[in-house]
Amino acid sequence: MIKFDHVTKMFQGGAKAVDDVNFTVEDGDIVVLLGPSGCGKTTLLRMVNRLESITSGDISIDNKSIKRLNDIELRRAIGYVIQSNGLFPNMTIESNVTIVPQLLRWDAKKRHNRYKELMQLIGLDPEKYAKRYPHELSGGQQQRVGVARALAADPPILLMDEPFGALDPIIREKLQDEFLQIQTEVKKTILFVSHDIDEAIKMGDKIALLRDGKIMQYDRPADLLTHPKNDFVSQFIGEDRMIKGLSLHTIKDLLREVGLAEMPHQHYDGKTVAGSQNLRNTLSILMNQGAEQVIVTDHNEQEIGAVTIDLIQRYIAKQIKGKTDASLPFERVVR
Amino acid sequence: MSRKKLITNVVRYVLYALMVLFFIWALQHHYLASIFTESDKFFVMLKQHLKLVVVSSFLAIIIAVPAGIIVTRKSFKKAEWLVSNVANLGQTIPSIAVLALMMGVLGLGFKTAIFALFIYSLLPIYRNTVAGINSVNDKLIDAAKGMGFKPYQILFRIELPNAAYSIIAGARTAIVLNIGTAALAFLIGGGGFGTWIFTGISLFNNDLLLSGAVPVILLAIMADYLLRLLEYLLVPKGVRRSAKTS
Amino acid sequence: MNWLNDWITYITIDLSHILNLTMEHVELVGLSAIVAIAIGVPLGIYLTTNEALAGTVLQATSIIMTIPSIALFGIMIPVFSLINQGIGFVPAFIALILYSQLPIIRNTYTAIKNVNPDLKDAAIGIGMKPIQRLVRVEIPNAIPIIMAGVRTSVVMNIGIGAIASFIGAGGLGVLINQGITRSDEKLIVTGALAVSVLAIIADAILWIVQKLLTSRGLTD
Repeated sequence: MIKFDHVTKMFQGGAKAVDDVNFTVEDGDIVVLLGPSGCGKTTLLRMVNRLESITSGDISIDNKSIKRLNDIELRRAIGYVIQSNGLFPNMTIESNVTIVPQLLRWDAKKRHNRYKELMQLIGLDPEKYAKRYPHELSGGQQQRVGVARALAADPPILLMDEPFGALDPIIREKLQDEFLQIQTEVKKTILFVSHDIDEAIKMGDKIALLRDGKIMQYDRPADLLTHPKNDFVSQFIGEDRMIKGLSLHTIKDLLREVGLAEMPHQHYDGKTVAGSQNLRNTLSILMNQGAEQVIVTDHNEQEIGAVTIDLIQRYIAKQIKGKTDASLPFERVVR
Repeated sequence: MSRKKLITNVVRYVLYALMVLFFIWALQHHYLASIFTESDKFFVMLKQHLKLVVVSSFLAIIIAVPAGIIVTRKSFKKAEWLVSNVANLGQTIPSIAVLALMMGVLGLGFKTAIFALFIYSLLPIYRNTVAGINSVNDKLIDAAKGMGFKPYQILFRIELPNAAYSIIAGARTAIVLNIGTAALAFLIGGGGFGTWIFTGISLFNNDLLLSGAVPVILLAIMADYLLRLLEYLLVPKGVRRSAKTS
Repeated sequence: MNWLNDWITYITIDLSHILNLTMEHVELVGLSAIVAIAIGVPLGIYLTTNEALAGTVLQATSIIMTIPSIALFGIMIPVFSLINQGIGFVPAFIALILYSQLPIIRNTYTAIKNVNPDLKDAAIGIGMKPIQRLVRVEIPNAIPIIMAGVRTSVVMNIGIGAIASFIGAGGLGVLINQGITRSDEKLIVTGALAVSVLAIIADAILWIVQKLLTSRGLTD
């Protein structure tokens, strides 16, 4: 558990980079620090491993103030992933991944085993890459290795500073998915800096939206989308927040709440979607195909029914907005 | 395409031919004879010359590299500006002047020559050390710090390996320069191959002249080649890619 | 302070001699720089069209660069004696041109090569002929780096020029040379200082020239 208690950071000259920040990160959660550039999100992140000093207030980990810990010990107990170029070019992939265990003086065998474990976790062949150097890897592979390196000494906490920010959209999405998969196994407590609302919705158990060093709202993504606290928040998430919100729900949720439509009678040769697909993507498939409905399959590839725009609208009304009549802002967007 | 190849080959073989012609011409006129007729003297000078270079370069490396490291520490950042500007000015003083000035201070002799060469080779090594360390990406340092590296671990595991190319290239430049400057050491009583070169010039004796000059040239070219090899072996594999010849 | 007085007295007495030597030095380095640029820049540009030759020429010039100056002067004496120019201006002049080639050719070559390929594409796209492209796009964009090469070579040659006095080419090296033989520090310090000041002034002047030749669009 990481607790921010009236945390303030003043730069020389008096500008406040972080201004009286209060919130708590529960164990095993991913909390995304979200905001426009210059909002203080990276500074706030770097205060946790004391790369930035705290002017006033306190940050505590498991009820222990980080001010009372030795900063070297503190940092070794926290994984740190940065945007790009964070791998050491003079070291092989194996040395990069096992550098913190090396600093902690693990023996060679234990280190090597840990290396193999981690590479399997991130889906890279341990033997193939052991003796390679960072520049021989693609950007996506480098970033995966960066994640493995941060996990090496099995720290309970990870700090991630726009870890996927420098990647192209397709690779970024893939790495986000992979990382969420990894998180279900490792269950770390994670602070994740991002400027991308879609990434924040996807990755975060909670989102802390910052502006000028102050927290504007700290909530679950769904609550942030449906109940923005002020104009800045609703502007930042955008007019299409309903559509964004759809990415938090799957066809399975829809099946449970409003049911599926019957299979069409005539011959159907359009796309099918899996039940685990989120509703935002389902909606765009529907619109791209210009079809009335799209067929849903279960995990055995069996066709179990169809989804229509109308059904999604009803789901939004019931589930997301909590009302019974299916009307308004959504219709405007679709048509 | 084939015309370009042709031009390239013509240029290359003309250069080879000129070199071969030079040696044939020199041998025909017995311009390199002293190397063989006075080989004991030749070896004495070779030994002097090497000693001048090795001792002065070694001293320069063990002083200039640590100096460059100290100056790039955070608490010395302000001193760096001053030291580097003084170093830049120092670079404009010609080698012969450094030798002559040292003679004024320390008198004639072998030790004066070594000291002058040492002073003269401090600058390239220092400058390359500072440039190499400063060129290490700040993000790497930040990542290392964030992972709990101690300051000395950052220096030895991140900064120095990634600056190795630049530092070693500085040392190579200094050593090759020293081989040439050591040929001037004769003027202040330091011996070396300059003995034959300057005697050759003043006596119009082409035999002594070339017997002194050609070995110095070969020494410099060979040292440059060998040190480049060493450089290649010493620089960590992962950072070689970014290394450019200079 | 006595020493300083002596020194000032010496400079006032010998001023015209010192200035003459300075002029000789400037002439030697200046003329060789002009010829070196006239050879090196076109050659560097041509090399961008011939990769194999570029490798050979850059290697050859970098070997020349490692040759110690006094040794190069040394082998030039017998060679140039063949045309009765063994000592004096000619061998020094040729040696300085040779030494200038690496910085000038290498910088020209890399600068032209590294001009943004998009700019070249754009120039081709709007119908420029190769020569127009070179003169209007590539050279203007490469000027700062080419000039940096010229500055490096001139500053270096002012130092090497001081050694040329040993083969009778005159210049400020004469003061150092005489200072050594007479053990006269005044001469040595004067020579060393004059050479350094000359190098600093030359570097500054060439820096100004570089700024004047560089389009304002390229400087931040």
